[in-house]
Amino acid sequence: MNGTARVLHAFPGGIHPDEHKTESCERPIVGAPLYERYVVPLRQHFGNPARPVVKVGDTVLRGQRIGAADGHISAAVHAPTSGQVTAIGPRPVAHPSGLPDLCMEISADGRDASIAITPIDWRDLAPGELAAKLAEMGLVGLGGAIFPSHVKLEPAAGGIHTLILNGAECEPWITCDDRLMRERANEMLRGAAIMRHALGARHLLLGIEDNKPQAVAAVAEAASALGLPMEVVMVPTRYPSGGGKQLIQLLTGLEVPSGKLSTDIGIQVFNVATAYSLYRAVELGEPLLTRIVTVTGQVRAPGNFEIRLGTPIEQLIRLAGGALPDSRGWLVGGPMMGFELSDTVAPVSKGVNCLIATSDRLFPPRPAALPCIRCGQCALACPVGLQPFEMYVHARAKNFDKARRYQLFDCIECGCCSHVCPSHIPLVDYYRYAKSEIHAQERSKRASDEARQRHDFQAFRLEREKQEKAARLHKAAAGRPPATADDPEAARKQAILDAAIERAKAAKQGVNPRNVEHLTPAQQQQVAEIEARRQHAATEQDT
Amino acid sequence: MLNALFVMAAIGLVLGAVLGWAKAHYRVEGDPLVDKIDAILPQTQCGQCGFPGCRPYAEAIAKGEADINRCPPGGEAGIKQLAELLGVDPKPLGEGLVSKPKSVAIIDENTCIGCTLCIQACPVDAIVGASKQLHVIVADRCTGCELCVAPCPVDCISMRIVPERLDSWKWRYPVFPIRPVAATLPAKGAS
Amino acid sequence: MIGSPYVLSANNSVRLTMTKVMAALLPGTLAHAWLFGPGIWVSLLLCGLLAIGFEALALLWRGYALKPFLSDGSVLLTAWLFALSVPTLAPLWLYAIGLLFAVVVAKHLYGGLGQNPFNPAMVGYAVLIISFPTYMTQWPAPVQLANHAPGLGEAFNLVLGGGGITPDAYTTATPLDTLKTLTRAGKDIHSTYAQPIFGWIGGKGGETVAMLYLLGGLGLMASRVITWHIPAAFLTAVALTAGGLHLLDPARHAGPLFHLFSGGVMLGAFFIATDPVSACATPRGKLIFAGLAGFITVIIRVFGGFPDGVAFSVLIMNVAAPLIDAYTQPRVYGHAGGKEPSQ
Repeated sequence: MNGTARVLHAFPGGIHPDEHKTESCERPIVGAPLYERYVVPLRQHFGNPARPVVKVGDTVLRGQRIGAADGHISAAVHAPTSGQVTAIGPRPVAHPSGLPDLCMEISADGRDASIAITPIDWRDLAPGELAAKLAEMGLVGLGGAIFPSHVKLEPAAGGIHTLILNGAECEPWITCDDRLMRERANEMLRGAAIMRHALGARHLLLGIEDNKPQAVAAVAEAASALGLPMEVVMVPTRYPSGGGKQLIQLLTGLEVPSGKLSTDIGIQVFNVATAYSLYRAVELGEPLLTRIVTVTGQVRAPGNFEIRLGTPIEQLIRLAGGALPDSRGWLVGGPMMGFELSDTVAPVSKGVNCLIATSDRLFPPRPAALPCIRCGQCALACPVGLQPFEMYVHARAKNFDKARRYQLFDCIECGCCSHVCPSHIPLVDYYRYAKSEIHAQERSKRASDEARQRHDFQAFRLEREKQEKAARLHKAAAGRPPATADDPEAARKQAILDAAIERAKAAKQGVNPRNVEHLTPAQQQQVAEIEARRQHAATEQDT
Repeated sequence: MLNALFVMAAIGLVLGAVLGWAKAHYRVEGDPLVDKIDAILPQTQCGQCGFPGCRPYAEAIAKGEADINRCPPGGEAGIKQLAELLGVDPKPLGEGLVSKPKSVAIIDENTCIGCTLCIQACPVDAIVGASKQLHVIVADRCTGCELCVAPCPVDCISMRIVPERLDSWKWRYPVFPIRPVAATLPAKGAS
Repeated sequence: MIGSPYVLSANNSVRLTMTKVMAALLPGTLAHAWLFGPGIWVSLLLCGLLAIGFEALALLWRGYALKPFLSDGSVLLTAWLFALSVPTLAPLWLYAIGLLFAVVVAKHLYGGLGQNPFNPAMVGYAVLIISFPTYMTQWPAPVQLANHAPGLGEAFNLVLGGGGITPDAYTTATPLDTLKTLTRAGKDIHSTYAQPIFGWIGGKGGETVAMLYLLGGLGLMASRVITWHIPAAFLTAVALTAGGLHLLDPARHAGPLFHLFSGGVMLGAFFIATDPVSACATPRGKLIFAGLAGFITVIIRVFGGFPDGVAFSVLIMNVAAPLIDAYTQPRVYGHAGGKEPSQ
């Protein structure tokens, strides 16, 4: 095992925040009991939300698919236990917006009966077939990016030469990957071997920060026990070494071209926890039902917990002994890139890798911001080589085009710039704002383009109809005299229409009688105008 | 003297001919500026600007007959883009115009009599239905122009604000006191 | 609502940055007080008070809160740099005019902290040297050479009471002044060096102060407040330009060492050209910015009308800084070449 043989290529910038790993990394992973109620969000991954395939009242088994992947970039979701679907509707979820999202509520029956599971015989499968089978399993990247794994396992156009396992875990506080590698290195590596088979990768690397010597030893031991040719590479502890692009740069010196994927340069990166869940999916036939979550910070018993997806976060907090009295709130994910949890009722979803109980001592309130003095500390800290203060100036002025020209979309939102800013400016918040505004503008641009097309088509259609009508009239005029207002047929239609309006009015009054009492003259006039228009329209229709 | 006049006249003629040829040869069909302006406008076709649709408004702006701040659905961002395109200063939304949150029209199914008046009013064919049949608005297509509300003889169309959803959610502008003006201080002359 | 990151690096603030810069100025200032008399403390104190006063007035006028901005230390640093740049023992009104321009015009009229396109202290200095050149050449003589070095009390009286030009008894022409005058008079450089005001490599006293500025500046680099680019490029350009001229005509032009350790070059290289607000921010931009500033400094010294050129060269380059920055954007991860965001 060569832990140091590989020449590392440092990425620029980076920071050294306090690690706070020891709080939670010394305790073995703890399992969770069966709870009575689970809430499974249909959107737990990047891409389209899953489409429900069971109804309220249906009985489901553990591992049964309850939401199917909707489209290519999507992932299935599964029932965490056996029971009954009691509701499908919006529920609070762990998301920075704090907005509710569509979830399925499952009331456990206590039997925890499983569907029949069959391992996948991956050795005989062509790479593409394995990816297709995995699409049913709901696997997503568990490092936080929650990108559907089956998409990443499809054969890439140029082939994959290097598979990188990401065990860097550079965010402070989080230790779930550390514990996983210490305790389940064997299974994790077996998953990695399947990945390598599927991708046809020649090299298998595991990047891991040098603050996790026990995990390094465990993986190295498991690799030699399995006879798996791979390199376990210790990288210096420096945030954000666990960023996919940064880890690729560290280990290979290659850069993923802007706007492209790592597969374009023949590299694929998976989180170690994803490799582990892939092992379970393939070798055991079990879809993604659980994940390991670090619960730490101001809690009584910090540690790592293996918990079913859909478990309300408040249950998980109870497992960790509950929050200490001086805690202030909860962070989901690490303190560098995570977000504040708005409601602990929200369930654990595939992207929830860490929960941190905050307090004023651990996370002092942000000091008031001062103007930017262009000191350049942010540029020194930026791992991507951006000029964050320039992007900030333009994002703040809502000058999105300019911010874009400073490569706003190459920003990985790692938070290094905000961390080091002596003026305490929330830089990343400005970038997130600018990015989502640009995305919204693009959405509305698409919508308005579609609207223009439909409007233009309507204009064309009306013109065509007018011409056709003119031609018809012209032909008819030759045959018989034009219809007049006292045409008995028109009067009959008018009477029918009036009757219908009366009925509708009556129906409306029945529903909403308030409207008649407070008719202002303006409204009455409006009604009269509508009547006039309607009659005009009615006569036009009859012609 | 006469020679000089002759030369100048000849140059004038030649240049004039070149210009004339260039005008004919490099003639631009339509007005590209109108297209560019129209591309910025939100295509709600709502007529709040006082023109019968986005294109007429774009034409009026191009001719200099209308101001750039007459489009409430385009909002601040739209005005800014127009200002950039035309090289003028952005300005606040015109008087009497209010920017409303994005809404879509919905038809009360119990009240609709199937008169098709709203279908005729809709500028983007977002309403489907036939005579004496219940009409339905395709929410994805509705631009929220409200043009269908007034014609309905039975007032069964109402506007509903599109709620913020997870996939349309946007990060907010960081509301952080970058300029900590003391609350007690009157911001006199603050620039 | 403010999102991640939720941890900020500890002991990190604008005030701390400014304090570090002032701490780095301290050795040079102490040497100045030792070698040129304690009058510098008087001008430092008065400049500090004046600058804070102007800053407070400007903040009030603009409707800003006083506390966060007065305590950020930026105005004190401006005052300090200004006090080191203008002659000690000059009348108070001279300081007041200089600082009025530095703080109110150069800083606050352009939007306050972080917004000034020009280095405020240098704007104050430039206004004074253009408007009151006679006052600006009256530098106190080194203690060794002075007929009479004023003590603290005397210095107070001179600054507060006088209002006129500082008496000749206390002052002398600076080495750069002397060099300029004598070179213009056609004197050989070696006879010029024989003047008592010249020291070992620069001016008597001044060379020591310059070395301590260099030391403080290196400390600033070590504490990562500034990067190496600007000082290195500035000093290299000064040395190369002066060296080139010296090689062309050794009898007429002083050598690179003299230029490096006289006048405001060391102060400028580490403390003035490095002002992040008005300087370039990209690595390559910093090299171009400071290199050109160093070049212009020597050109002004040798061919210009003013004895020193640091202030003007920095101000000239301040104008060009945004443009240089725009064309020297560093390469971003995943991009082939360093693509410049065109303006």
